[in-house]
Amino acid sequence: MLAEVSRREDRHERTRAELAEQTRVGEALVRGLVRAQLALALRLSLVVLIGLGGLPWLFAIAPAVGRVTVLGVKLPWLLLGVASFPFLIGVGWAYVRLAERNEQDFTDLVQRPER
Amino acid sequence: MENGLVIPAIVAVTLLTVGIGFWGLRLARTTSDFLVASRAVSPTWNAAAIGGEYLSAASFLGVAGLILKYGVDVLWYPVGFAAGYLALLLFVAAPLRRSGAFTLPDFCELRLGSRRLRILATAFVIFIGWLYLVPQLQGAGLTLATVTGSAYPVGAVLVAVVVTANVALGGMRAITFVQAFQYWLKLTALAVPAIFLALQWQADARPAVTPPDGPTFRTAISVVVEHPATLTFPDGEVRGVRAGETVVFQAGDPVPEVAGVTIDAADWLLPSTAGADDRGLFATYSLILATFLGTMGLPHVLVRFYTNPDGAAARRTTLVVLALVGVFYLLPTIYGVLGRIYTPQLLVTGQTDAVVVLLPEAALGHGTTGRLLAALVAAGAFAAFLSTSSGLLTSVAGVISTDVLGRGSVRGFRLATVIAGVVPAILALNVSGLDVSQVVGLAFAVAASSFCPLLVLGIWWRGLTDLGAAAGVLVGGGAAIAAVLVTVVGPPLHGWPATLVAQPAAWTVPLAFAVTVLVSAASRRRVPADVGATMLRLHAPDTLRL
Repeated sequence: MLAEVSRREDRHERTRAELAEQTRVGEALVRGLVRAQLALALRLSLVVLIGLGGLPWLFAIAPAVGRVTVLGVKLPWLLLGVASFPFLIGVGWAYVRLAERNEQDFTDLVQRPER
Repeated sequence: MENGLVIPAIVAVTLLTVGIGFWGLRLARTTSDFLVASRAVSPTWNAAAIGGEYLSAASFLGVAGLILKYGVDVLWYPVGFAAGYLALLLFVAAPLRRSGAFTLPDFCELRLGSRRLRILATAFVIFIGWLYLVPQLQGAGLTLATVTGSAYPVGAVLVAVVVTANVALGGMRAITFVQAFQYWLKLTALAVPAIFLALQWQADARPAVTPPDGPTFRTAISVVVEHPATLTFPDGEVRGVRAGETVVFQAGDPVPEVAGVTIDAADWLLPSTAGADDRGLFATYSLILATFLGTMGLPHVLVRFYTNPDGAAARRTTLVVLALVGVFYLLPTIYGVLGRIYTPQLLVTGQTDAVVVLLPEAALGHGTTGRLLAALVAAGAFAAFLSTSSGLLTSVAGVISTDVLGRGSVRGFRLATVIAGVVPAILALNVSGLDVSQVVGLAFAVAASSFCPLLVLGIWWRGLTDLGAAAGVLVGGGAAIAAVLVTVVGPPLHGWPATLVAQPAAWTVPLAFAVTVLVSAASRRRVPADVGATMLRLHAPDTLRL
């Protein structure tokens, strides 16, 4: 049992050393993680770019959308003054969850016992 | 309209700020405690502190004033101010914390190992910090003059002295507690009166915000004209007024249109449309770019991330900040909209920044409730000046003490604080004609065009070189600074040149990114040899503890 633990520790140490010493394996692992995190950040930026960034353009080309009244308030006021904030928080929440999952995947990969 | 409660409220906020500062001082024992708050600050405290520091005079007073004047198009200011934290969360928060950089110059040296780039970044941090401090001090001077009738320099000097002394004596630990307290004070100071205002609007049988015949005065009022203007009355009468002239309106009188200030109800209520004004759309997108990408480049925002224990905590803190700031930005819109009904005289005088401070008494009358709420709002406004200037001063002083004076000691930090505080105070006393919200917007544009490309490319792109980063900061940031100088001291412009200079981000940010990438690609041999190790440090999960 003790031997088992120490062997796992050894493997763990070796992978960490590979990362720290910039071996080709370690380098590839880090590149993969950076690419995954960047892709995630860019995808969520695209969501905001379309969801919020598209609004001025939409109001400009389709003025009728801007005149729609919901609950006695003009739609642009509701979208910008109220709805945009929960939307931003929601995107942020999704990012934190997904970014932590990417990191967990990376940690699992590094500490995977059967290597 | 003298309100005897306003001065005690402002004094109480100031004393509380100083008091909590000294309480924090007792807790700060070592130099390390003093400068980075030992990283023992909990995420909730830290998030409230970041929010408290961020919500400045522009957020507390300026946004409502802009909405009163311009309507739906300027709702992009609060949206952008909040969205800036999302951009920070997505691209910067966790890696920046893991880098161990305390300031932007630190990041430059850690990532690219260049002393010269560090000096350039230091110069930009100080410039942006001062550009942002001047309007805070001005806002304090103007607010105190509005609510108490004091001379303009009194408020500006008062805030400068309190903040400088507090930062110099309390350091960052104290500031964290002060800032967290300021966030909740600011939120309360806008939220509580907003509830009363909404109830009053209900009790008044919900007067229309944009009545078909244009806004009218609800009570008789005499308006003192500050600048010469041309008033156009709905019956077609055009009248020129001189500075100092008093115009009297009776209850029910329509509000005249003021050339260059008022815009008609449809423009106020509905977004700009295509065809009529492409420049409006350009300005909107430029504003979105500046606010979304500028937040990450503001020196007082970044310095806070060092107080998180690790990258994951930095991410969670940023998310909480986004939520806190988002809740706050629901409120200024209420003031701007109800200001159309209860304080239409501000549309005539053009002093729309005063709407938040004047609205409670205008709507609820001069009874006890109205006066108490007016005092609360004034206290909140003062909290806004104190907190943002404290944060800016802490970061500018930090940079001056380590990079200009070259000392890391507590005494060096105190000396640097005094230097960092005196310069904007002198500037604020000498330039009183600048528009608060516009200067703050320009600070965002400079930050977005200089530090945003440096941070984003530095964190995510291995190919960045010191030459590329320096060229990007100089060209992009330099172009934005040139636009600021032309706006502030240059000749008046018209048409496209005016739009390109007043809202420069839409061309300076892409320019900065392009120059950084092209020059880096051309100087590929200068990519630091340890870039692999740096990337590992920035992105490896905290749990691996590499």
